[in-house]
Amino acid sequence: MTNMSIFELFIGLTMIVFAFLAIESKKIVNSIIYLSILSMFSVISFIFMRAPDVAITEAVVGSGLVSALFIVTLIMINKKVGDKK
Amino acid sequence: MKRLFAILLIVVMGIFIFSTLYSNNGKYNFSKFGESTLNGKVSEKFVNKSVNGENKEVKFGSENLETGSANLVTSVVVNYRAFDTLGEVTVLFLSALGVSVVLGGYKNRLKFKVEPNFILKIGSKVAVSIILITGFYIFIHGHLTPGGGFPGGAMIGSAVLLMFISNDEFRVKVKSFSALEGLSGSLFIILGLIGLSAGGFFLYNYMPMGKLGSLFSAGLIPVVYVLIGLKVGSELSNLISHFAREGENK
Repeated sequence: MTNMSIFELFIGLTMIVFAFLAIESKKIVNSIIYLSILSMFSVISFIFMRAPDVAITEAVVGSGLVSALFIVTLIMINKKVGDKK
Repeated sequence: MKRLFAILLIVVMGIFIFSTLYSNNGKYNFSKFGESTLNGKVSEKFVNKSVNGENKEVKFGSENLETGSANLVTSVVVNYRAFDTLGEVTVLFLSALGVSVVLGGYKNRLKFKVEPNFILKIGSKVAVSIILITGFYIFIHGHLTPGGGFPGGAMIGSAVLLMFISNDEFRVKVKSFSALEGLSGSLFIILGLIGLSAGGFFLYNYMPMGKLGSLFSAGLIPVVYVLIGLKVGSELSNLISHFAREGENK
């Protein structure tokens, strides 16, 4: 706990802030975007922990594929139900 | 009031967990951040075996190593624990099979209401080519640089997804992707069976190790990584093409 730098602590606090924003936002699209930003900050913290393999996998899967699949699913649900959010 | 109670509960749980983990007289105390004691763990054995068998400094270009891969994570994942990797590929295959069973009957392609303009259509093709080349590079150089089969395959899948979003007329030939997936999965198991007959273990590393740091080194590891990358990429492309469908179910 004593060896953590100031920058790393700042990244951890911003991750907590974006997680709360993803829960508390009114629109579903905004919460998906906040989750994607949270994944990008977790990539930086993985690089600080000296794990580049996990960082590459998180950048591709957690920030690219999962967000895009959520958005495509949201478009399909809005087409079937008919309300625009 | 409910949110305040939830935040208070999280803070109390965090203080409890961290105070128990970092106590010095507890049973399950962790070491400090950035320090670890390597004796008594399995990882020390793997590190020493992946080098010379002794604690020596290994330079690029040395030969006669046990696994000639420069990336230590790769030598654990594809050589010492290759059977677990086969199980992971099987789990991904089963999930893609479930999606194709549920969503396989729709005929038409999903159309978006927004009409894509000229700049998006041309610029997306340039971006797709760069993403595809990066994905292939990552799983060919899996034993030298960080990365491997799974991130490279996911990059190929994300390139196909970008083509789906930016172009309404784009379609994937499902049959060819299925054939590629089955072929690469079968070749992975056949290589393992050849190792069983040659060395006595499933997925035994029977190919010659080259120099450390060159492209053709580490025996069986690059071949297996190329197969895993092709299989994961074709599976994810199939899954995305099943997602983007609508219309009447058969």
